[in-house]
Formats: sequence, structure tokens, C-alpha cells
Amino acid sequence: MLKVNILGNKVSENIIRKALFLCSLIAILTTLGIFLSLLFESISFFKVVPLKNFLFGTHWNLQIPLRSDQAASSGAFGAVPLFAGTFLISLIALIIACPIGLYSAIYLSEYSTKLERKIFKPTLEILAGIPTVVYGFFAALYLAPFIKDIGQAVGLSVASESALAAGVVMGIMIIPFISSLSDDVINAVPQSLRDGSYALGATKSETVKKIILPAALPGVVSSFLLAASRAIGETMIVVMAAGLTANLTFNPLDKVTTVTVQIVTALTGDQEFDSPKTMSVFALGLLLFLVTLFLNVLALQIIKKYREKYE
Amino acid sequence: MNNKLNVKRKSAEKKFILLGRVSILLAFVFLAVFLFTIFKTGISGFYKSYIKLNIFFDSEYLELPKDYSDSNLRHADFQGIANKAIYKLFPNVKESSDKKELRKIISSYSNLTIKNALRNDKALLNKEVSLEIPLNSVFNLLNKGLLDENLPQEKRNFTDLQLSFFNQLKNKGLISKKFNWDFFKTGDSRAPEKAGIGGALLGSLFSMIICFLFSFPIGVATAIYLEEYAPKNLFTEFIEVNINNLAAIPSIIFGILGLSILIDFFELPRGTTLVGGLVLSLMTLPVIIVSCRAAIKAVPPSLKHAALGLGASKTQVVFHHVLPLALPGTLTGTIIGLARAVGETAPLLMIGMVAFVVNLPKTPLEQSTSLPVQIYLWAESAEQGFVEKTSAAIIVILLFLFAMNFAAVLFRNKFEKRW
Repeated sequence: MLKVNILGNKVSENIIRKALFLCSLIAILTTLGIFLSLLFESISFFKVVPLKNFLFGTHWNLQIPLRSDQAASSGAFGAVPLFAGTFLISLIALIIACPIGLYSAIYLSEYSTKLERKIFKPTLEILAGIPTVVYGFFAALYLAPFIKDIGQAVGLSVASESALAAGVVMGIMIIPFISSLSDDVINAVPQSLRDGSYALGATKSETVKKIILPAALPGVVSSFLLAASRAIGETMIVVMAAGLTANLTFNPLDKVTTVTVQIVTALTGDQEFDSPKTMSVFALGLLLFLVTLFLNVLALQIIKKYREKYE
Repeated sequence: MNNKLNVKRKSAEKKFILLGRVSILLAFVFLAVFLFTIFKTGISGFYKSYIKLNIFFDSEYLELPKDYSDSNLRHADFQGIANKAIYKLFPNVKESSDKKELRKIISSYSNLTIKNALRNDKALLNKEVSLEIPLNSVFNLLNKGLLDENLPQEKRNFTDLQLSFFNQLKNKGLISKKFNWDFFKTGDSRAPEKAGIGGALLGSLFSMIICFLFSFPIGVATAIYLEEYAPKNLFTEFIEVNINNLAAIPSIIFGILGLSILIDFFELPRGTTLVGGLVLSLMTLPVIIVSCRAAIKAVPPSLKHAALGLGASKTQVVFHHVLPLALPGTLTGTIIGLARAVGETAPLLMIGMVAFVVNLPKTPLEQSTSLPVQIYLWAESAEQGFVEKTSAAIIVILLFLFAMNFAAVLFRNKFEKRW
């Protein structure tokens, strides 16, 4: 009886409503906390290292400077090699994941029998459930030496921490992100479009290529965007399988480093909190945050438009 | 002509289906190779090699009085009596350099095993007993056949002399291999033969509990607010957009947030499971909110209307009728969210949960690692003995994640109602 009284009371109803509202603010507070803490630290970083040098400098080196004023020397915090490395590894990952993910999605939604679907879909999703540290271990310990051996056999020089090994494993990790979202959007294409195409005598693959894919294109593109955002922000695989030293190259057999790797290396270990080295992490973090945010918002907007069209 | 075109179209169709099958097959092949490799290297990590030695608890050598206490035990040279026992097996070895190579076959942590034996049975003093002493990591691997004996001496971690000692011991049947229960009970160590995931398991458990305690109530409350109370305005939409974006922010950014807000601003202790759990809860929150909202949406409005019609207040309807019905779906989502949090590494590196921790943490306020962080630490170690340990730890975490996801599926099938 007591319980009923507590909940039924006007005053307590008001309190509960307010408490629930406060809880829902946590999500906003988190985003705000992330943004503001990154922003403030970045601003103090950009006071030491000009924004222009950070964004367009081609030399990145976090070695401890000999003199205290040396850290501010403009060359040491040029982030272009990090962007290039991140881009290269993400690109390799997408080259692996996009076709495999998309073709898997097409097969699952258009061709597979019920039983096949019941087995294939959860098995593909296992790939997304494996912790990234495990992928990193596999890439560093088994795949990278394997690629190096193959390279040597055909006379190529391959770094022991090549971008290729990290990219391939990352690509496999993001397959399920693409396949499950693409599967959803392909399923959302109205059956009437398919029936119309069959009635005109098109084969199944012609229907997929000429009707379904163009109709589902926005959804497919946004699944690629989400996968790209996932690849750019991925940390453990690159920390374990990619290199540490900044290297401006587009050769996938070379060693490159990424934004996330530099964040981890600068912050693990005992650093003082206000050295430019530590503060550079926040500038990198801010950039990472903004880029992934942009990709996600873009992808979600495209999907929203797409859903409105067919629902 | 027409026929030719049809043949072409048919073969295009077949090629297309093949492409789809090959894609799925590629993903499966990778998964199979991956799991096979990990399990193949990891299984041996659960086993440990021992040597049977006749240990004589010499009270004179150990400098132990008759009624010794635990503090006496601390300073006694138990490693020394283990060395003596192994010298006894090779009476012909006289050179001190050869003796040094001989005693390196047993673990440099053998003293712990011997000390515990004496502590458990005080009557052993001045008696000889046969004990199983752990082997050094190199010989542990050698015993499992994981090292190549045929390499030239300078390319392996053991000498020809040690190899001959080891083979003699093996021929005498003194070397054995047993399941290593201590692997689950002990903390980290520099010596692979002693290192265990006990500390990491506790760390993961603590952070999971904190993550649940924080994210579940707030997640459910947020979902209730958004589904049942929130007015349809711009601010509500802003909250929703925020939640969607939280789910997509790279995990490492949450680590930076934990570092700058929780550790630097609120001055919570660095590297503890408390901070780790809080950071993970922020990442789990969106998963719980989304699943709880879906579950609330699935409750049929007729139920709500009936309760309202009988005179229940809005809050009574929500807490007495809607929430209990939405709980199974929410819990399923929570389990999946927690499973994801358990596998996270990057944010924990950021907040300093990467220390070398030997002792098991007793409270969430102590420095600790978690299972994935331990995997990372071991994977970075140069010592060969850690490879099988890393893979073994990976097997543990994969089985655990599998069990959690399986539990979520069972839970859904059992409790979720379809209206």
C-alpha cells in the first residue's frame, strides 16, 4: 500500500519526473565534457604550437627535448604523417571490408535460404564481438610475419609492422558493420520494385545491380561511412600491429603510425600533465572526435532521409 | 543470337551468386584460421611443467629454529634447498658454472612452492619429501615441444649442456605436465611460469560491476524519460542526437575524458577499476538506453490505457506495468553492452590501468588491470613464454564473451514477450 501512495502522490510524481530528466542529461553532459575538455587543452596546446604547423607540418616527433623551449619548435608537431598513416590503414581496411561486406549482405538478403541466413548472420557478427586487442595480437604475431615472409619470397622489402597487416585485420573486423547495416537497407527496399523488375524479365542479379542497389545506395554509402569512422577511431589493432614512428608514405608495406597510436604512446607512462607532448594528445583527440562525429552525423542523416523515402 | 544472350545472362547470374558465396566464405575462413591459431597456441598455456625433486628441509641451512614463525620463513633460503636437490640428481657436476646452468632449469620462483609446503605441514622440518617444483619458462616450453632443439646453440635460450641435463631428467620420468589452476588465481609476474590472470579477472569483474551499477539505473531512467515523459521539443531531440553520437565516438576518446575529468578534475585515483568502470559505463549507456527504449515501445498501449482507466497515475503505470514488462528486453541489451565493455582496452590504457600489478586487487580503489589489458601487456612482452599465456588469456576472454552473448540470447528467448 505504501508503494502505491508514494508513486501516486502528485509531489512525488513531480520529483520522479525531474529525477528521470536529470538522468537523461548525463548523455549531454558526457558529450559536453568530452568536447570542452578536449577544446580547452587543445587551445593551450595551440598557444605553444600554432594550428597551422599542427595541421600542415610534415614532421612529427615526440622525443623529449633537451631544452625546455625546444618542444615548441614548430617541426616536431606536424600531424600530416599521422593523418596519412590513419588514412592509409583505414583505406586498406575499407578496400577489404566494403566488397566483402556488401556482397555478403546481398547474398544474405537476396539469395540465401532461411537456414543459411540463420547460420551466416550470427557467425558474421562474431567478428564484431571479438575484442580488438585480440585482433591486434593476431595481426602483430601471425599476420605481419606472414606478410613479411611472402614479401621476401617475391623480393619485396616489407616492414615487420606493415600498414598492410594492420589494415587487413581491421578490414575483417569491420565487415559485420557493413554487412548488417547494408542487409537492413537492402531488406527495406520495397518488394514491389523487385516484382516490377522480374516482371520485365530481369534476372535476379540484374535486379540487384540495376534496381535494388541504386535504390539502397544511400544506406549502403552510410554503412561505408560508419565503417570508415570505426576504422579511423580504432586503437588497439594499430597500437599493436602498426608502427610508432611517424613516416610520411603511402606504401602499404611500410611502417606507418596513426593518430590513435600517438595518443596512446603519449599518455601511457608517467607524463606531466602540461607538457606540450601530453597536450598534443588533446589536439589529436579533438580532431579525431570532430572527424568521427562528422562521419556519423552524415551517415545518420543519409539513412534518415532514406528511411523517410520508403516508410 | 537470342540464345547467346541468355547464356551470357545466366553465367552472369551464376558469377554474381558465386561472388556473394566467396565473400561470406572469406570471412568464415578468416574466422576459422583465427580461432584455430589462437586455440592451438593457447591450450598449452593452461598447462605447466613440473620436476619431481626430493627436497630436504634442512633446519640448519634454512636457519629455522624449532618453533619458527612465519616471519622466520620469509628470510629462509628455500631456493637454495631446491638447488641442492637438483644438484643431488647430478653428482658428477662439480664446476660452479655447470651448476649454475643446471639450477636454471627450475623456476626462480620455486621457493614459493617449497615455502607453502612447509607452512602447510610444519612437521616437514628436517625431513625429506618429494615435491613438484615448477620448471623455468624456457624448459616449460621445451617440455611441451614448443622450442626447436635442432637450432644452433646461440639461437636458442638454452645451452647444449642444459638440454642434456633436461633430457636425462626427462628419461628418469621426473618431468611432468599438469593443468595449471594457479593461472586463474595469481596476479601478473615477470616470470611467465608464474604469471596468471587472477588479478586481471578480478579487475574485469570490479569494473563490470561498477559499470553495471552506474549505467543500468541511469540508462533505464533515461529511456523511461524519453519514452514516457519527454515533451516533443528541440531539447528532447538534442538529447536523442547526443545519445546516438555517444554510441559512435571512438572508445579512446572516452579514455581521454576519464583522464581529464575523472582523474585530473575530480582527482579519483589513477589506474583503478573505479575509474575504469565509470568510463566503461559511459560507453555502455547508449546501448542500454536504446534497448530499454525499444523494450518500452514494445509494451502494448492497451495495457497502459487499462491501468490509466482504473485510476493509476502516470508514474504508477510506468513503474508498475510498463517497466516490469520492458525489463527482460532491457536486460538482454544490458548483457550485450556489458560484454562489449569487458572487451574494451583502449580507454583503460588512457586512465592508467596498465601497471604491472602482482597483487590481487581487493577493492575497486586499488591499481589493477583487466583481462584485455593483461592480454595487451603480455602481447607486448618480448619473452617467448608469454605467447602461450597471451593466447590462453584470449581463450578465456573469448569463452567468457561467448557465454555472455549466449546468455543474452537465452534470456531473450525465455522472457521476451511478443504481443
